[in-house]
Amino acid sequence: MKPTYKTEPLRCWAKAKEIRQDYYKNYALAHEKGGLRWAGGAWSFDAIPAGLGDDVYPLTGEPYAAAIAWDKEFALQCHEAVEKAGYARDLCSYMRNYWGSIILNKYVFGGEFPKPDFIWQDHICCSHAKWYQVVRDLEGQDIPMYCLDVSVGPYEELTDNRLDYVVGQMHDGIEWLEKVTGRRFDDERLIRAVSNHCRSTALWAEVCALNKAIPAPLDEKTMYSLYVLGTLQKSSGIVADFTEELRDEVKDRVARGIAAVPNERCRVMSDTQPPWGFLKIFRYLEQYGCVSVGSLYTFGLIGQWEVKADGTWGARTTPEQMGIVIRDRDQALRVLASWELKKPEWQHFYSPQAKSEMMIRIAKEWTLDGVLLHYNRGCEGLSLGIAENRLAMIKAGFPVIVFEGNMGDEREFDEIQTLKRIDAFMESQGFEKDSQ
Amino acid sequence: MMDSFKEWYEGRHQYAREWKKRTGKKVVGYFCTYVPEEILIAADVLPVRILGSHEPQDVTEPHIFGMFCPFCRDCLAQGLQGRYEYLDGIMISQSCLHIRQAYTSWKLHVPVEFSYYLPMPHHLQSRRAVPYLTGELEAFKKAVEEWTGTTITEEGLNRGIAIMNRSRRLTRAVYDLRRRPDPPVTGLEAMRMVAASQMVDKREYNEALQETLDRLPDRAERDGPRVRLMMLGSENDDVAFVEMVESLGAIFVIDDHCTGSRYFWNEASTDRKPMESIAARYVDRIPCPTKDWPERRRIGHIRQLAKDWNVKGAIIVQQKFCDPHEIDIPAIIKALKEDGVPAQVLELDVTVPLGQFKTRIEAFLEILREEDLF
Repeated sequence: MKPTYKTEPLRCWAKAKEIRQDYYKNYALAHEKGGLRWAGGAWSFDAIPAGLGDDVYPLTGEPYAAAIAWDKEFALQCHEAVEKAGYARDLCSYMRNYWGSIILNKYVFGGEFPKPDFIWQDHICCSHAKWYQVVRDLEGQDIPMYCLDVSVGPYEELTDNRLDYVVGQMHDGIEWLEKVTGRRFDDERLIRAVSNHCRSTALWAEVCALNKAIPAPLDEKTMYSLYVLGTLQKSSGIVADFTEELRDEVKDRVARGIAAVPNERCRVMSDTQPPWGFLKIFRYLEQYGCVSVGSLYTFGLIGQWEVKADGTWGARTTPEQMGIVIRDRDQALRVLASWELKKPEWQHFYSPQAKSEMMIRIAKEWTLDGVLLHYNRGCEGLSLGIAENRLAMIKAGFPVIVFEGNMGDEREFDEIQTLKRIDAFMESQGFEKDSQ
Repeated sequence: MMDSFKEWYEGRHQYAREWKKRTGKKVVGYFCTYVPEEILIAADVLPVRILGSHEPQDVTEPHIFGMFCPFCRDCLAQGLQGRYEYLDGIMISQSCLHIRQAYTSWKLHVPVEFSYYLPMPHHLQSRRAVPYLTGELEAFKKAVEEWTGTTITEEGLNRGIAIMNRSRRLTRAVYDLRRRPDPPVTGLEAMRMVAASQMVDKREYNEALQETLDRLPDRAERDGPRVRLMMLGSENDDVAFVEMVESLGAIFVIDDHCTGSRYFWNEASTDRKPMESIAARYVDRIPCPTKDWPERRRIGHIRQLAKDWNVKGAIIVQQKFCDPHEIDIPAIIKALKEDGVPAQVLELDVTVPLGQFKTRIEAFLEILREEDLF
């Protein structure tokens, strides 16, 4: 079948890859430059350690573990090493990839695993703080660890008491950082980093909102390689500037009718992290002219959203856009905590209905034909409530297909069965494969 | 002399229905032992812990993904099957994601007039935890007052604290008796006792327990020496499993799980304002692993229990898919090994494969006894 739309590669693609490569290289080589390394999660408030200086480099666990998952052979070695050390194989597969990399002392980007100087983590699910407790078991108890608890409930029920609890821990964390690093904390750097944090995450939402266009300018497989920068260091000026450049390019694609999938005739969304070693399922969908335009995960793990005057979802207005000038540390921390607690991919930890409502909104506003739910055995946090989401989507009139797998452990993903389920789903919805 | 606890445990629903009829008061089902029962008692509400029934079921599959723990699915099944139809409300105090899933699905599909999510802090080792929880308990108190139409006074809170503390003290006194070379209470009896305490009016429980305690020291010795075991894990009220283990010449003398000692070990202090005292009690109690960080404080406690109760072996019963407990298992095994206490890990599901577990326990006991087999 002849393609309906024009397509072309993203111009900023190479830059995205370069930023990611530099990030992992900078962490590994931090000590050579006299800098520091910190390890934590993609949900960590990375704007805070930024106050210690520009030579303090993070390694966020989830994207690092996803990179391992992409290398199936190494991922298997990691899992086996972790199981040999006595840990259960049903634990978070990101965590197991990460631990395996330490046990084997291999950095997936080459060389030995770079030991962090300190741990700066957020506890968002049952495993996040425990993850780094075990890192200390494996690497040495001499690694100082600080972990923030953000579990104060959904944003719509945020009270002063709840915000104070999070902000109070942030203040304590800054004192702790000064103590364990021997460095003076610079509030100006913090304020700049908070501003970048808000800018990158709002801009990412703008990018995702542009995908409402038909044809979609981006497909989800490509979006994974772009949103990841926000999971690495959303508070860096480099990431914020890049996301702005990306937004401008995607806007231009929409204006010119450039499609991610030139034969687009069916639009779906996914849910939770994909099986990283098998992103080709998204290419398989394209044989049916099907584009996955995103998901609550891709949109809302990093992106910050708000309901606009016309009732639709759009990028959240940043404090700067609202004319707020951050003047001191306490204000910066309050802005940061309040901003981050509103992220869509946090609300569902408290309410499956809240997630279902957001998913139904996406299905309507992004003009979707169906939903692919990944029952992800590798992540209990983002799988929380997923069965209720399935029921709600069906009730709202959207066809749903479920496939079971694991974001980081290919032993729990059945590729052939998944492709057959996709065939059955597409055919049941009246879509046919393009002739080869 | 332990029969009343068995009756309460087995007849939990009947008890709650009769209590409600007798008192005309409300009953709240709760999902985690971090729930501050003191406040509910102060409002004359009966807190009842929602537990599973250990029966195969097929009602939760559409609601909970299969990689969530069997306990949360078993709990939700009770609600979907209408076994807790007498509940006026439900609540959870924030703990693990799995039981939270049971709570949110229950709230969605089994409507009750009152539901409450208490965001119990996880960062218990932070100096911010007690002030924060105190504020949250105030908000919870207000919600209970609005729901029940009663004012919870300081006197009422002190009464709640006193009742809960007495229950904790008496239960711990029974546990202390189990230090003896000839423990007067079996692990099975202790399990039913603690589980029953989570299901009945604490005042009735306290009276029955006081009466039992008065007579326990004189309880007749059992046949022959038994291997002294401790049981570690998350929730565990699988009485069939405990009965099986104790039928093999072993006896559980101590435990650390949330239908055991972790539920009652610490009392609330009486030298602070009541709400702050309640908050401090739940922050300082022996932690669930999901809240036990950055330092692992629970392991030191487990080691001390093993020493004080003269434990020869530990059985770690793990709810399948329970990540926080699973993550701690290698560290617990290592710590116990350093103290010369071997451990056996078993994974629990809704029902237990008794035959297979029996073989493993027999082998474990043989190792502990250093038996000459041939």
